[in-house]
Amino acid sequence: MKQLTVAGKMLTLLFAAAFLVACSSKGTRDDDAAAEAAARAAAERAAAERAAAERAGSERAEQQRLEEEVARVGNVFYFEFDSSTLTSQAQESLDAHIALLRTNDRTVRLEGHTDERGTREYNMALGERRANTVRDYMVVNGIPSYRIETVSYGEEQPVAYGSGEANWSQNRRVELK
Amino acid sequence: MKAIRVFLLTAWALFLAHSVRAELVIEITQGMDNPTAIAVAPFDWAGAGTPPEDVAQVIENDLARSGQFAPVDRGDMLARPTRQQEIFYRDWRAINSEYLLIGRVSVTDSIQMRIEYELYDVNRQVRILNGYEEGHVRDARMLSHRVADEVYETLTGVRGAFATRLLYVAVERVPGEKSVYRLTMSDSDGARPVVLLESREPLLAPSWSPDAKHIAYVSFETSRPAIFRQELATGAREQLTNFQGLNGSPAWSPDGRRMAMVLSKDGSPDIYVMDLGSKALTRITRHYAIDTEPTWSPDGRSIYFTSDRGGRPQIYRYDMASGNTERVTFEGRYNARARLAQDGRSMVVVHQSDGQFHIALQDLVSKRLFVLTSTDLDESPSIAPNGSMVLYATKSGDRGILAAVSVDGGVKFRLPSREGDVREPAWSPFLPRGQ
Repeated sequence: MKQLTVAGKMLTLLFAAAFLVACSSKGTRDDDAAAEAAARAAAERAAAERAAAERAGSERAEQQRLEEEVARVGNVFYFEFDSSTLTSQAQESLDAHIALLRTNDRTVRLEGHTDERGTREYNMALGERRANTVRDYMVVNGIPSYRIETVSYGEEQPVAYGSGEANWSQNRRVELK
Repeated sequence: MKAIRVFLLTAWALFLAHSVRAELVIEITQGMDNPTAIAVAPFDWAGAGTPPEDVAQVIENDLARSGQFAPVDRGDMLARPTRQQEIFYRDWRAINSEYLLIGRVSVTDSIQMRIEYELYDVNRQVRILNGYEEGHVRDARMLSHRVADEVYETLTGVRGAFATRLLYVAVERVPGEKSVYRLTMSDSDGARPVVLLESREPLLAPSWSPDAKHIAYVSFETSRPAIFRQELATGAREQLTNFQGLNGSPAWSPDGRRMAMVLSKDGSPDIYVMDLGSKALTRITRHYAIDTEPTWSPDGRSIYFTSDRGGRPQIYRYDMASGNTERVTFEGRYNARARLAQDGRSMVVVHQSDGQFHIALQDLVSKRLFVLTSTDLDESPSIAPNGSMVLYATKSGDRGILAAVSVDGGVKFRLPSREGDVREPAWSPFLPRGQ
């Protein structure tokens, strides 16, 4: 019985040890899973961040490209004498502005101007017609009209004083501000 | 404190300098073939010191500017009579003067000025006019202009328009900055300019109320065009319009109760009439073309305006009673901004021929059109209230100047500013006495 008792004790110890081992080994497995999940999440986060950064980077690059394009074409669109029709060059310049305006919610002001020939009030109307032509083109191409203000200055604010076509052609314009 | 006072003094001095620079200078470029010779002898001065104004000189300059008179040079005068008993007709026949004006100026209590004048026919040796003008001494020039008006009417049969005023816009270009616009009022000879309004934004289209007590104009001071009304006596201003788009060409009706204007709030520029009491608007034109530059017939029954509904700008007439519109100009590709003579029988327009812009007069009865000017880039014609002269804006070099031409094209003079650009002259109606 004594032996049995010893054996019983040994068994008890063994069981206890086994239990302890089992317990401890179970604890290690749980810790590993948590670490793996965290690492996975971190990796996912990092990947997402990398992707976002890449996206943002490419967006920034695209934005920068649009801004550079707008800077290149300038913000003045020129017109022929007594005409409020967009020239192909003015259209091209406007397209650059429209592409940029689609990426933000800026409002713009279109200021119409004429050369000095003819009467002041008729030229005021002609300047408005030019500004409206530009506005209509922008609206058709997706810029909502509430973001566009138009005003005509007629012949009141020439860029080039003096007469002759060289001066006049600089004054027949719409400025985007 | 001292620094501030010096600054204020400097600012005031600069302001004065500006008003001097905005003054117009008259250069007569063409007179009549056979002007009437008249001698205006220096007027007697019954006061202490020097007279406040050389009254005779102001009168002489007025008569000369009409182009219908050739005043005798003071240096050629053999005598300087100021009273009837001092006149020897042979002195004036000897220098071929057909008429002689003499006069006397006195001032009482250093306020009240009195100008007495007498006009003589040298050949018939008779006095044909005598009278006097009285008023505040600060209005010495206006009183002198009134004497010139009486002399002019006596000798031509047409009421004189020297005692009137001009409105115009003077523009000072400031390199690298915005220009300075000055709405200015002067005597009809350009003297005594007064700046009524100064702005860094465009001012344009000044016009007179029929009683000459108010003016209207377009100002961009709100960063958009708006029509304002301003009382001359007090300077009080009222903004009449603030619509989306154009707010332009204010034109008072002859009864002073309504104002025609151009607004584009409903899409394209159209003519509207505002009741100045209720501010209610009546739409006059309804067309997708440009309709602008309204002006009233003197009887108030029609509004003439510019429209490009036929493809090019031409003048049209709207009949207030019937609501009918008819085209009025047919000669040339460009006729714009009409202004009617006070008798309603003719109008002046900006007319393009051979690529140049001139002022032309159209007879509304015979429908014939006469080109009056040979300068280019002419605009903004305004007729004197007596129908004798047309004042307009043109260019000399790259500067804007004012010029005038008689309605028969025979007399021409220029009124350049000493500095800067001047434009958009508006000749006042006849002024009530004391104004």
